[in-house]
Amino acid sequence: MALPVSLFQGGSKLDITDESTIDVNRENQNIEIRLLLDAIYLKYGYDFRNYAKASIKRRILHRMAMSGLQSISEMQHLSLYDLDFFKKLLLDFSINVTEMFRDPSFYYSLRREIIPVLRTYPYIKIWHAGCATGEEVYSMVILLKEEGIYDRCQIYATDFNQVVLQKAKEGIFPIENIKEYTINYQKAGGKESFSSYYTAKYDSVIINQSLKKNILFADHNLVTDGVFGEMNLILCRNVLIYFDKILQNRVIGLFYDSLCRNGFLCLGSKESLMFSEYGRCFEDIVKEEKIYRKKSKY
Amino acid sequence: MVDALKTLLRRKKYIERSLNTSLKEKRVYQAVVIGVSAGGFAALSFLLPSLPEDFSLPVIIVQHLHPASGSYIVQHLNNKCSLIVKQADEKESIKPGTVYLASPNYHLLVEEDRTFSLTVDNRVNYARPSIDVLFETAARAYGEKLIGIILTGSNNDGSKGLKRIKEGGGLAVVQDPLDAEVDSMPRAALAATAVDFILSLEQIASFLMSLSKGKSYENK
Repeated sequence: MALPVSLFQGGSKLDITDESTIDVNRENQNIEIRLLLDAIYLKYGYDFRNYAKASIKRRILHRMAMSGLQSISEMQHLSLYDLDFFKKLLLDFSINVTEMFRDPSFYYSLRREIIPVLRTYPYIKIWHAGCATGEEVYSMVILLKEEGIYDRCQIYATDFNQVVLQKAKEGIFPIENIKEYTINYQKAGGKESFSSYYTAKYDSVIINQSLKKNILFADHNLVTDGVFGEMNLILCRNVLIYFDKILQNRVIGLFYDSLCRNGFLCLGSKESLMFSEYGRCFEDIVKEEKIYRKKSKY
Repeated sequence: MVDALKTLLRRKKYIERSLNTSLKEKRVYQAVVIGVSAGGFAALSFLLPSLPEDFSLPVIIVQHLHPASGSYIVQHLNNKCSLIVKQADEKESIKPGTVYLASPNYHLLVEEDRTFSLTVDNRVNYARPSIDVLFETAARAYGEKLIGIILTGSNNDGSKGLKRIKEGGGLAVVQDPLDAEVDSMPRAALAATAVDFILSLEQIASFLMSLSKGKSYENK
């Protein structure tokens, strides 16, 4: 039987100092988290076992406190037997923070460096992987429209979370963010008046219907699902930072397999292909904006 | 007048305690985390250049910045310091003798395997990066081997995190509110937890150096 060595050291079994209690608690908590994530995977098929640990632990402990639970083991039980509780937890685990034209300089580069290449194709497929509530998808659509190629584009906007996907489909955003989005839009090289893309009502704005016509919102899980089409451009920004190295590598491999020859991959500003096995399969197009291109040969 | 005298006495007491503690306790610290907001540019520009080249601990800093800020502050500090100053990259291993700053618009977290994680989660205390997020995760990763320091600032970010560091057996240090350019963040931290030391910026610098030396001394 494997018990912590410290319990039996020095001949006095009950001599547990405060400090070792802290260590034991931490160890137990980590075991409980592994069990919880295993339970979720076995029961529901959602796999969070290769998420970066510190962040998922924070989310779990936050939910535990919010629900007034005493331990993670209690959460495990609830996750198995109470579907509503599990749905809450699932929402906690998905990355729902996004904004329109986040990092305007990225969209500016996209407009200048990538669109001219896409323009040469008769039909353009774009995949927004981990689209959350859709702000970045609509930003992209606005850009494509202004560049006159939206009619030739098919956009796949995917996320594993049905709740956020539904919100993305609706395209209704809080009006309080619009001022910031407008500034971002202008910095990104916007050509029109930003307000021509939405209708404001009460405390929300709704994105124009015409922007939605070539977007397909679909349930896709980067961790467990595979290739579903051949893309000219894949955007997956600020999702990989939530994964550990093993999972990052798997997902970059999935993107590699999903890209057509010379297809483009865009990551978040703090993400990189540097440590990935697939690093050598891509070349930098705009290094500081993390825009890469699949090499035809390597 | 009386207040100033009290502070002086209090400072003296803390310095004495600080010396006693570092002599008595043979604890070896492994990391320093610093939270700083308004007034931070000047505070860090004073504190970090005073750390010597052979400073043996990693220093991990959350400085509240505008989301669109560039890396000017990193370059500026790197030019002024004998230690390497850089933005913390995701999955990067934390090395001693290096100063890491959180990137604007990302939370910075410490993993238990002593690497960094970044997230774009909601703002905490209206801030991203948030001091609480760094301190709480660092407390889990380093436990009693961690020193947390709250410097000048105009909100209450970091006070929960400093409490966690204390609960985890680590050391809690707060800049003396009278010494801070903006005192609300130090005051909030003092109200939230029983800290180990209240020190001026100058004293924090010498305190950190004594810790660093203590470590290399013990290693011999």
